Amino acid sequence: MINKIVKSAAEAVADIFDGAVVMIGGFGEAGSPIELIHALIDRGAKGLTVISNNTGSGHVGLAALIENKQVGKMICSFPRSANSKVFPELYRRGEIELELVPQGTLAERIRAGGAGIPAFFTPTSVATPLADGKEVRLFNGQAFVMEYAIKADFSLVKCRAADRYGNLVYNKTARNFGPIMCTAAETTLVQAKKIVELGDIDPEQVVTPGIFVKRVVEIPHPAHESQLVSEDRRYP
Amino acid sequence: MTLAENGWSRNQMAQKAASDIPDGAYVNLGIGIPELVADFVPPGREVIYHTENGLLGMGSPPGPGGEDPELINAGKKHVTAIPGACFFHHADSFTMIRGKHIDICVLGALQVSQNGDLANWSTGEPGAVPAVGGAMDLVAGVKTIFVITQHITKEGEPKIVAECTYPLTGKGVVDTVYTDLAVIDVTEKGLFVRELAPGISFEHLQSNTGAKLNRYPSSK
Repeated sequence: MINKIVKSAAEAVADIFDGAVVMIGGFGEAGSPIELIHALIDRGAKGLTVISNNTGSGHVGLAALIENKQVGKMICSFPRSANSKVFPELYRRGEIELELVPQGTLAERIRAGGAGIPAFFTPTSVATPLADGKEVRLFNGQAFVMEYAIKADFSLVKCRAADRYGNLVYNKTARNFGPIMCTAAETTLVQAKKIVELGDIDPEQVVTPGIFVKRVVEIPHPAHESQLVSEDRRYP
Repeated sequence: MTLAENGWSRNQMAQKAASDIPDGAYVNLGIGIPELVADFVPPGREVIYHTENGLLGMGSPPGPGGEDPELINAGKKHVTAIPGACFFHHADSFTMIRGKHIDICVLGALQVSQNGDLANWSTGEPGAVPAVGGAMDLVAGVKTIFVITQHITKEGEPKIVAECTYPLTGKGVVDTVYTDLAVIDVTEKGLFVRELAPGISFEHLQSNTGAKLNRYPSSK
């Protein structure tokens, strides 16, 4: 029998190892899998390369993972926001590496990674500093920059509902990077607000097919990052 | 500052840009003054707003108590979804952008050059944390790029220049610039002033601009 449901976030992240490449879903707080990230902080794996659009805010979630010195390198498009203090400080002190990637290029590198495409050419970043050192080729007279696919050892993703096969549906703009990150990792770990029976999700409405998902944990009442930040909460 | 008194307000700049958005357009609005554009689209035009974090059919901000932390725009502000809206993942969202499916993008600027180069993501300052977001993808892929910006910086430096000194977001990408002093088209023959704000002379505009401005043959 196939059953991808695990009992706890701790169990979901139990094999994340030192030096792993980890994709973390979310755009700002929308879709950020806070409970899985906190479980990863408890697990304590270090030297991680994290791929996520932002770097978290306050002292919870992704910001807390970075503050706990578990992340050696961030790959992201927008590493600061209104309440992000942790990453900018470490970055200015030279204690964390940053690979800055345009948002659409980041999304396409992840999509390509999941789709078995090793590299692609994009018009984004041509004639800018973010194309420095990269191969540029002309197609029909227009310049394009070569970008490599990204793959990960693990992806951490949040969704609204999942079944035991790992089929997923998301919630509004919390979908963002989730579906593509599910495809691009060796092991995809998902926190779902609700676990439903097989067949409860209309096959026409499945957003992430279960084949891309390894483990699902039910987190019925996920914390909201903005709420934790407004209460000045810290993790651990 | 006499300039501000004579020129257009932020709302008027947004209104000028909004009047150039045709019925049926798919539009992406950047953060800041561009966000105001949605308030000024003339009645009778149906415009669909795209936000790159995965929503087509973005509506107005919600009323008090209606905020949903999982329904936000690219500026991470709370928004609503109109009837007929749809959600999608990031690769699909940037397929819409890079694949030239979005008609118009309205962005802010640090500098715009006379050939339409845009610098709007970094001042290149040492020690600053660089952040680019979706700006480079938008200028590379969206069919028409509008820029809304103050004509000069707070320090009085022109933002429309012969060549950008800040790192580029894209080369030759800007179509029209809406400032507090004028509406300026970027053409193959250079910068052309389409409209001057009330009380602003062409000579005054030119003296506050770091590149050569041209007048359309028919302009007053």
